[in-house]
Amino acid sequence: MMADPHIGFIVAAYAVAAATIGAMIAYVALDYRRLSAHLDELTQALEAARRGAKDEGRR
Amino acid sequence: MANFANPTVFVDLTRRLLPWLAAATAALFVVGLWLSFAAPPDYQQGETVKIMYLHVPAAWMATFVYGVMAAAALGTLVWRHPLADAAQKAAAPLGAGFTFICLATGSLWGKPMWGTYWVWDARLTSVLALFIVYLGLIALWRAIDDPGRAARAAAILTLVGCVDLPIIKFSVDWWNTLHQPASVFRLGGPTIAPSLLWPLIVMSLAFTCLFLTLHVMAIRNEILRRRIARVTMLAAAEGDGLAPGLVAGGA
Repeated sequence: MMADPHIGFIVAAYAVAAATIGAMIAYVALDYRRLSAHLDELTQALEAARRGAKDEGRR
Repeated sequence: MANFANPTVFVDLTRRLLPWLAAATAALFVVGLWLSFAAPPDYQQGETVKIMYLHVPAAWMATFVYGVMAAAALGTLVWRHPLADAAQKAAAPLGAGFTFICLATGSLWGKPMWGTYWVWDARLTSVLALFIVYLGLIALWRAIDDPGRAARAAAILTLVGCVDLPIIKFSVDWWNTLHQPASVFRLGGPTIAPSLLWPLIVMSLAFTCLFLTLHVMAIRNEILRRRIARVTMLAAAEGDGLAPGLVAGGA
């Protein structure tokens, strides 16, 4: 196969497909990491704010 | 089906389903690539036929993903399924990715076989139009702030864009094109030798499994995005002292 005159086109096609698939996987996986981290931060901050408001009400 | 409309049930299901889907995708890619590189060269195309094991599955996925989006658009407009717009929004970047692979690998096959990277042939032009529709849908979702309005507008545009699917499929029959006519899904059966057909089938299954895996993951992301919006609104309604940067970060 390596002796084929069009080997450069074959390698380029597989490289483009691998890069695009890799980008699709990275986009979805990184988006999930970012969103779940942000949701955790927000939920913790909201709970802390609620606790603070409750403590203030008791005083 | 109605049970899966509950986002919490869906997220629980994805947690159990995703490892299996990812493993099936990886296994199918290993087998598919092995079969592709072990397959004999074509009598006319030589080893360049190996590009077809990427190009053809990507082309099928480009239209299949659009079909999934059209079904989800109906789910949004007709049945108002709570996850339909999430499914539609999550599929668009994946469809654009598969269409890009189809166009790029087709172009890299065309140069050695046809002598040109691109020709304004009906099949190629209609697939390019599909790619532009995908990009237009992604832009539409980003342009409209209200998620409900964005989902309805995107659903209408998706259904209008469906007209391109039969044009892609039958372009090689309706017009005199440089692109070859159908050789797998045709009356009278495939015209491809089994030694070349099997790698194509396994690679198509691998691409389908890849789409299912990424689509489930991307729908889960959309559910998380909604939860962030809900928590942000809750925080604003309660008037608590959340840092403005923290609240703005999830958009």
